[in-house]
Amino acid sequence: MLTIENLHATVEGKEILKGIDLDVKAGEVHAIMGPNGSGKSTLSSVISGNEDYQITKGSLVFKGNDLVELDAEERAHLGVFLSFQYPVEIPGVTVTNFIKTAINANRKAKGLDDMPASELLKKIREKAQLLEIDSKFLSRSLNEGFSGGEKKRNEIFQMAMLEPALAILDETDSGLDIDALKIVANGVNKLKSKENAVIIITHYQRLLDYIVPDFVHVLFDGKIVKSGTKELAHELEAKGYDWIKELA
Amino acid sequence: MMEFKEKLLSSYLAFEDGLDLSDSVHQTRAKALKIFEQKGFPTKREEAWKYTSLDALLQLDYSLFPKAESSIDLNAVKKYFLYDTDTYKVIFIDGVYSPFLSNTTHDGLDVCLMSAALTKPKYRKLIDSYFNKIASEKDSLTALNTSYAKEGAYIYIPKSTVAEKPIEIIHFSSGIESALWLQPRNLIVIDKNAQVQIIEKHQSLKEHPVVTNSVTEIYVHQDAFVDYYKLQNDLHSASLIDNTYIVQEKNSHASVHTFSLGGKLIRNNLQFFHKGEHIRSTLKGLTILHGHQHVDHSTLVQHAQPNCESYQDYKGIFAAQSEGVFNGQIKVDKIAQKTNAFQQNNNLLLDDKATVNTKPQLEIFADDVKCSHGCTIGQLDEEALFYLRSRGIPRKEAKALLTYAFANNVLESVQLPSLKKRINTFIANKLGVNLGFDL
Repeated sequence: MLTIENLHATVEGKEILKGIDLDVKAGEVHAIMGPNGSGKSTLSSVISGNEDYQITKGSLVFKGNDLVELDAEERAHLGVFLSFQYPVEIPGVTVTNFIKTAINANRKAKGLDDMPASELLKKIREKAQLLEIDSKFLSRSLNEGFSGGEKKRNEIFQMAMLEPALAILDETDSGLDIDALKIVANGVNKLKSKENAVIIITHYQRLLDYIVPDFVHVLFDGKIVKSGTKELAHELEAKGYDWIKELA
Repeated sequence: MMEFKEKLLSSYLAFEDGLDLSDSVHQTRAKALKIFEQKGFPTKREEAWKYTSLDALLQLDYSLFPKAESSIDLNAVKKYFLYDTDTYKVIFIDGVYSPFLSNTTHDGLDVCLMSAALTKPKYRKLIDSYFNKIASEKDSLTALNTSYAKEGAYIYIPKSTVAEKPIEIIHFSSGIESALWLQPRNLIVIDKNAQVQIIEKHQSLKEHPVVTNSVTEIYVHQDAFVDYYKLQNDLHSASLIDNTYIVQEKNSHASVHTFSLGGKLIRNNLQFFHKGEHIRSTLKGLTILHGHQHVDHSTLVQHAQPNCESYQDYKGIFAAQSEGVFNGQIKVDKIAQKTNAFQQNNNLLLDDKATVNTKPQLEIFADDVKCSHGCTIGQLDEEALFYLRSRGIPRKEAKALLTYAFANNVLESVQLPSLKKRINTFIANKLGVNLGFDL
């Protein structure tokens, strides 16, 4: 589904990613772990098309499409979704209107008409229930005054509504208490299928107790220095990242 | 060519023709003419006009006395009415009252003509008490309007009366005159515990130079409420100098929304004066410009009594080479303790060549007050744009959505649903997108 080869990327002229190789197939869950500043968030930004980052070398292919050539919205239309580490507050646009605009923009890109209002409402109700989101919450301005946990839950709600082929969860566990973490993880697990894939970017192994990865990669200084299965996450939790630094 | 100021002075004899020159109203006019003669048009040398020049406008030879009522087909103008709401209407074409298009009343309230109010004996007492009593004596454009004051809307809402229907005041210019100078004069008196909603609009039907120098005086008595909407969405050839003066008595609320969405040059002088305690004044503005348009908001709230509140919230969105000016004055007198005055001016510059000059001016002489002000000038947040685009919303729509969101809280307080919808459509058109939902 997603094939990354020798990916190099810079931000403001500084090289952050220094040759990433990653292959994600449909039905898989990959976890990318690593210490702060290793390039985890840069990788998610680069995959989703943030223009602040320049790809200087390597390739990024999603379902046969060269992502490097595509704008953020075009990548979204193909099914790439990023759950933001820091979701942006947008006063004046309600959660419902935002999701409606996003869904219909994606439909339009596929040559479909707007989703009928009744169908949309039904879907909103269903997905809100899955993530235990109160309906009052949906008529609030997007992320404005939301707690850290509410913002993250709202990101997963958007994921549930948009049903992406590839979801990248960037530090989704930060700011979540244990109950919210369980709700979010349960939501992601319910949305998981053989047709889609998830990349979990995290500093801690905590979320991986609930969303079990097929593969764990350790990112350090812009490179994947070690890959393994879920046991690697436990090892990192127990030993910290210092030994990884020695590997690099 | 004769300077336009000279034309205004030399044409005065023609204006006086047929008027009762001994009348006190005319004495007021004559006195105002002297002030205008002395001061002339404002120039950029004056602090209050530093960023707005009338020079280019004053190069043309405007006609001052349009011919009698030009006939206009109802179908041609219907779209400018608030068609889905039943309203009273006071409508003028080239400054002349159109009985055909209007819907005035004397039933329980007066919605009629200034020309009638200024001449008929039954209105004399009100005219003596209110006409030109708060309009600035010093302002030369106001003085010019006063000197030629003859026609406009006259509205009187008696004690404890709620105007059942909103009132629309619309000035059309037909384009029959090659260049036209209009000076409507409105007087609105809302008596104790009365309520009214008013919509004012100036609309050219053809591209032709027209300048409107309008003066509106509004008296809001104790416990009364006025909800006033100025819709400024005229053609590129039209300019407007709007001078609105509001006096408020105890416990009253006056709210003015100004939507500046079209026109060549617009200057809004909006001034509030407090004459009692527990007064609320609301000033909201939304300006969306493109091309070479220029809009200047000059506001004043004079807190002269304790325990009053004022809220000013002006938002501006400027594209291409458009120019915005905001000059917000708040004066708090020494006795006006416990004043709560809020002022906010936020601007979005969509293009490199658009400019905004914003200047809050607070003069506070009382020591126990809450006064806050803030102004921002910025561009759309790239991070927010990326967030929207990452959800599949294309750049253009994402920009429009953010711009819409920026403007939203000015619309929030619009009390007339049909008007709100109308302005929503204006904005969507202006931004060139269909958002598929109302905010």
